[in-house]
Amino acid sequence: MAAITIENLGKTYTGGVSAVRGIDIDIRDGEFVVLVGPSGCGKSTLLRMIAGLEEITEGEVRIGERVVNRLEPAERDIAMVFQNYALYPHMSVRQNLSYGLKNRGTPKAEIARRVDEAARILEIGAYLDRKPRALSGGQRQRVAMGRAIVREPAAFLFDEPLSNLDAKLRVSMRGEIRALQKRLGTTSVYVTHDQLEAMTLADRLVVLRDGEVEQIGAPLEVYRRPVSTFVAEFIGSPAMNMLDGEVAGGTLRVGGASLPVGAAPGKVKVGMRAEDMRLAGLGETAIPARLAYVEELGAQRLGHFEVEGQRLIAAFPAEQALSDEMALTVDPSALHIFGADGRRID
Amino acid sequence: MVENQRWLDILAHITLILGVVVVAFPVYIAFIASTHHPVEFMSGMMPLLPGDNMVNTYTEVLSGGVRAQMTVPLTLMLTNSLIMALSIAIGKIVISILSAFAIVYFRFPFRMTAFWMIFITLMLPVEVRIVPTFKVVADLGLLNSYAGLSIPLIASATATFLFRQVFLTIPDELMEAARIDGAGPMKFFRDILLPLSRTNIAALFVILFIYGWNQYLWPILVTTDADFYTIVAGIKRMADVVDSEPLWNFIMATAVLAMLPPVLVVIFMQRLFVKGLVETEK
Amino acid sequence: MQTKRTIFRSRGLPYLLLAPQLAITIIFFLWPAGQAVWQSFLREDAFGLKTSFVGLANYTRLFHSPDYLNAMQVTLVFAVSTAALAMILSLLLAVAVDRLIRASRWYTTLLVWPYAVAPAVAGILWWFIFNPTIGIMPYVLASVGISWNHLLDKGDAMLLVIVAAAWKQVSYNFLFFVAGLQSIPASLREAAAIDGAGPVKRFFTITLPLLSPTTFFLLVVNVVYTLFDTFPVIDATTEGGPAQATNTLVYKVYMDGFVGLDLGSSAAQSVVLMAIVISLTVVQFRFVERRVTY
Repeated sequence: MAAITIENLGKTYTGGVSAVRGIDIDIRDGEFVVLVGPSGCGKSTLLRMIAGLEEITEGEVRIGERVVNRLEPAERDIAMVFQNYALYPHMSVRQNLSYGLKNRGTPKAEIARRVDEAARILEIGAYLDRKPRALSGGQRQRVAMGRAIVREPAAFLFDEPLSNLDAKLRVSMRGEIRALQKRLGTTSVYVTHDQLEAMTLADRLVVLRDGEVEQIGAPLEVYRRPVSTFVAEFIGSPAMNMLDGEVAGGTLRVGGASLPVGAAPGKVKVGMRAEDMRLAGLGETAIPARLAYVEELGAQRLGHFEVEGQRLIAAFPAEQALSDEMALTVDPSALHIFGADGRRID
Repeated sequence: MVENQRWLDILAHITLILGVVVVAFPVYIAFIASTHHPVEFMSGMMPLLPGDNMVNTYTEVLSGGVRAQMTVPLTLMLTNSLIMALSIAIGKIVISILSAFAIVYFRFPFRMTAFWMIFITLMLPVEVRIVPTFKVVADLGLLNSYAGLSIPLIASATATFLFRQVFLTIPDELMEAARIDGAGPMKFFRDILLPLSRTNIAALFVILFIYGWNQYLWPILVTTDADFYTIVAGIKRMADVVDSEPLWNFIMATAVLAMLPPVLVVIFMQRLFVKGLVETEK
Repeated sequence: MQTKRTIFRSRGLPYLLLAPQLAITIIFFLWPAGQAVWQSFLREDAFGLKTSFVGLANYTRLFHSPDYLNAMQVTLVFAVSTAALAMILSLLLAVAVDRLIRASRWYTTLLVWPYAVAPAVAGILWWFIFNPTIGIMPYVLASVGISWNHLLDKGDAMLLVIVAAAWKQVSYNFLFFVAGLQSIPASLREAAAIDGAGPVKRFFTITLPLLSPTTFFLLVVNVVYTLFDTFPVIDATTEGGPAQATNTLVYKVYMDGFVGLDLGSSAAQSVVLMAIVISLTVVQFRFVERRVTY
């Protein structure tokens, strides 16, 4: 168990291309932090720098009190779970689990104890003597986690471990990982491109974009108060609606409606979540919307609309009747207003 | 094979049977010859069936009791061939796999230089450098020795490139997981890389053993002492007799024995052999 | 050049691992090759007492010497004939095996084992069969009125080495042709059949063109084989004779160097051979990279 401190971390490749710049993150002991962002945002590079698989060109990583910049991965007291499991194909599950401990000179009895304990927790005891190729994807992923558990490290590092599994398995494994981490209390850093996965697993999220930190916070906080249009549109499904608007004299004009806001005058971007949209009642300011098509989700009904040439999605209860022309509105308190630079205005 | 015409199939069979016969013909003749008494060759009309002299011929040839033909018993020559073939095969595999490991998994100054140096050996078969290489071996005092027979032949590039290909296809994550598991480079090599390369090593061994066993030019240059003759190189010397008619049954028996080990290896390890051939030519 | 995403950080280890191969390469390959090049610019006088630098004189002498030009011609004839013979025969057999599915494994086993036979042994075997005194072939040929004596007749000698060399190569070519044929999708041939092409037409218009990468690859390999690996065949059968009729380039290097002890000339010949190999290797790599895949 240890806290991980990342200070002004950066990576520049020879040739000047920088993958990651100025990263500052304080991960508390026992916390589950998720690094999330689109492809190419630098999240995997960041994880690998913590692991020691990529060279650090600027800044510092501390695990516990130790600065680990120059240490080999094996010396950092971390364990990693890979997207492709990375199980040694010619070794049995038991041998896969024991390899790391054997290399560290752990006594045989202790190895056996830890392997059996991990097998029990992950319910893989039945295939300890099989080779990886005889296991399914989900089983292999459990073995990969087992390999991390037996090491009893200061931190777990997960590199998109569920991306290779089918959707249903992904959901169940998600829950298992979360439960496991709570039980063991090990500090964990988890990388994913799937924002839903990030929301459900994290104690805190780190949203990354183009090699820099965009926002850090608890999932609900990031969801309710995104600091930029990027975060606003990235987190949440369906994505937040983003319409052009203008503020003048204490009123915001957006999509044909007028709403009272306390923002400075000027052109703005207005964010509205699909579930905050509702039918405008009589006398309420309304956004005239033309229905393009409907998505039936079973528990909800999503209407895809066109408003002044822009897209808008609104969520309704499943029984709500939808017509071709509808008047929508939203409470001013549910608005997310961003300046022309994309940053939040309060 | 679209049409189901029987005659095409029959034609195919006939072609193949003819092919097999033509291919087997010389060896069959040799075998027949080795089982007859030399007197029966004088007329020029070769008997087509095995004779009764087989056991006699083979024991004489193996124990070297024929003075006019050769001074060395065949068992000695067979042993020399075996030692040379094994040294070449094993030596080549060992140094190539280590070189491939260095080139693929490390980055260091002169890495590309080393790569091209190894590549150049593909363009320098022994036949284009026989005189100077001979001189080097002689200067090093390696004539008439097992070292001289094998060492100059074990550094060529094909095996190195084969292993390089194999290593490049091994997923990066395996090596990263091993690093996190505390394995240094040599541990990784021994615990992970070697086991995963097993079939390639076996296939290459088959090819290299045959290559080593069948060496001709190099052994005849490097061995003047009869104790070091190999069977493939020695065979021609047997047929080179000036004073009397060569004893064909013995020569053919030697030929059969010279062919036997590699042919057996190919037949019993055919799948590995084919894999080795195809992989090294890529 | 392709490299791994992660590498080991180690200062000295890679050098240690490469040392054996590089040492042997330098001592037994590069140094002698350099020696050969240097030697080709030198000439020893008649008594072996003084060696002098003669520039390109050895080369000019070489290219004006009728013996050398003869060797080049011999090599050309030998290479082309052997390659053609070996490739045509093996293609025939490969096509036949490709037709049959069940028996193919047996036939393959029965056809590939000659690869294991040493060229020297192959030479001895065919020399025995064609021996003018006791060989079976001259006997058979005599009974139909053809006299055979490769010890005297140049054409016979060339024929002998071609047959012996080609015999050995058939199995290698066979293997690769079979693999090449298998990589041609059956659907292409079926489409051609539906378009009305009979088996012979299909072979020439579909199969053969699609086989061309393999064919080209084998052509280069076969030529290299005839240039170098056939030394034992010639040594075991005709020893370059009669009267230089089968004295190929590589055999001449040996004769002039070790038997004739003309080091300068032999070195120059070696360098010429080196140039030929290099160009062939370049050609091979250029075209192997462009192997067609589906």
